[in-house]
Amino acid sequence: MLEVSGIHAGYGKIQVLKDVSLEVEEGTIVTILGANGAGKSTTMKSVSGLLKPSAGKISFLGEDVTGLRPDQLLRKGIALVPEGRQILAGMTVLENLEMGAYHRKDSEIDSDLNKMLERFPILKEREKQLGGTLSGGQQQMLAIARAIMSRPKLLLLDEPSMGLAPLVVADIFKIIKEINQSGTTVLLVEQNARQALKISDKGYVLETGKMVASGNATELLSDARIMEAYLGKRSS
Amino acid sequence: MLIEQLINGLTLGSIYAIVALGFTLVFGVLGIINMAHGEIFMFGAFIGVMITSTLNAPLWVAFLGAIIITAIMGYLLERFALRPLRHKQGVSHLAPLISTIGVSILLENLSHHLFGAGNHPFRTSFAEISFQIGSITIYLVQIVIFVISIVLMLVLTFWLGKTRAGKALRATAENLETASLLGVDTKKTILMTVIIASAMGGIAGILVGMAFNSVTPQMGLSMGLKGLAIIILGGMGSVRGAMLGGLILGLAETFIVVYGDSGYRDAIAFLAIIIILLIRPQGLFGQKIST
Repeated sequence: MLEVSGIHAGYGKIQVLKDVSLEVEEGTIVTILGANGAGKSTTMKSVSGLLKPSAGKISFLGEDVTGLRPDQLLRKGIALVPEGRQILAGMTVLENLEMGAYHRKDSEIDSDLNKMLERFPILKEREKQLGGTLSGGQQQMLAIARAIMSRPKLLLLDEPSMGLAPLVVADIFKIIKEINQSGTTVLLVEQNARQALKISDKGYVLETGKMVASGNATELLSDARIMEAYLGKRSS
Repeated sequence: MLIEQLINGLTLGSIYAIVALGFTLVFGVLGIINMAHGEIFMFGAFIGVMITSTLNAPLWVAFLGAIIITAIMGYLLERFALRPLRHKQGVSHLAPLISTIGVSILLENLSHHLFGAGNHPFRTSFAEISFQIGSITIYLVQIVIFVISIVLMLVLTFWLGKTRAGKALRATAENLETASLLGVDTKKTILMTVIIASAMGGIAGILVGMAFNSVTPQMGLSMGLKGLAIIILGGMGSVRGAMLGGLILGLAETFIVVYGDSGYRDAIAFLAIIIILLIRPQGLFGQKIST
C-alpha cells in the first residue's frame, strides 16, 4: 500500500533521514521504533507531505506521491495525527471534528460525526467546549477521531501515547487496534515500544536516520538484543 | 447633545472596526502587519470619488468598483509581495512586513500621480439629508455608514463561524500546518484572506470618504496607524477585539473633542496602545502566549 524507498530528508542543511525505506501492507499495523532524534517524526512528516524528501521515492497505492502537499495526500487517503496532537485550540470539539471532514463532499459526514461522538462519549459531552480546554488524553482522542473523519485508507500516528497517563495509553492503543480492525491501515511511530509492538504486525527500528532492523512484531519483541539496545529494558 | 455625539462616535467607530478587521484577518493567517492596508483603503476611497463625482454613477456602483479594484490589489499584494517571501530559507521573518511597507509607499505615490495631491470632496446625493428627532439631528449618511458597517461585521462573523471556507480560514490562522493536514489548501486560504481583507479596506475607504467628505492620498497612513492601534487594543488576530476596539476608539475620539481638547483627538489611539501594553499586553481579547 505504502512504499517508501530510499528517502533522504531533513531541515535546511541538516540531513536527518539517510536512505530510509519501508513498506506498509494493506490492513496491517506497522510501527517505527527508535530513540529520541532517530528520525521517526521526520519519517512521518515526509510520508504526510509536511516535509519534501530531497531524494528517494514514496508511492501510495501504486502511485508516485513524492513531494505532494499534505492536503493533496489527504485527498488520496493519507491522514496524519501529528506529534503533540495539534488540536485547534480556539475551535470547539465539534468544529475540530467537522474540520476532519473538510475535504469530503459526500452526504455521510453527519452520520460519521454522530458515530464518532457515540464512540467517544467524552467528546460528545464536551462538543461545545473549545479544543484547548480538553485534557491530554481527550485531545489525543479528538485528534484521532478528527483524522478518522477524513475516512483515511492509511492513518499515520506520531507518538500517540506521548505525555499520557498509563491507563490512558492503554486506552489509546486499544482504539488504534479497533481502527485497524475496521479496515484502516495504520503506520505508528512510538517510543512505547513493547505496547506498540503488541498491537503491530511489523516493526522497523530507526537509529540516527537509518533503518537498522526490521521484522515482524513478535520477532522483534523476542529479540533480546534489539529490545535492550534500542527499546530500553522497562517492561510493561 | 450626548446622544448626537454617541451617534457620531458609533459611526466613526464602526468604520474603524472595518479597517481594523482587515488588519486582524491578515495578521491571523500570516502573522504580519499589512502596512499596505491603509493605502489600499485610500485607493478604495479614491475609486469611490472617481465613480460618484467623475462618472456621476450611483453610490452602489462606487462600492462595487471599490470592492473589485481593492480585491485585485489584495490579490497582487499576496501574489507578488508576500508569497515569494514565504517558506524561503534565509529570508528574515521581517521581510514580508518590509515588503508591505514598500507596497504602501508605491501606492501612495501612485495615488499622487493618478489623483493629484489635493483634497477631493466626496459628494453623495444624500449628504445634506438629515432627520430631526426632538433636539437631535441625525444625518442619513451616518445611518448608511453605520448600517453598512454593522451588516459587514455580521456577515463576516457568520462567514467565519458557520461556513466551510470561514472555518478553513480560522484553522489556518490557528495553525497552518494542522490546517494543511486536515486538507485545507492553505495557499488558497491565505490568498482569499488577503483579498477579503483588502476589499473590506476598500469599502471602509468609501465610508470614510462619505463621513468626512474628504479624500486625500495621505489618509491611508493615519488610518493605517489607527487600525494598528485598534488591533493592539483588541488583541492581535482577534475579530471580536477589532470590532470592539474600533467602536471604543471611535467613541473616545468623539468624546475627547466634545468634552476635552480637540488637539488630543489623534493622540487617543496611541495613548490607548500605551495603556493597554502596560496593563494587558495581549489586548482585550488576545490570547496570552503559552507553550
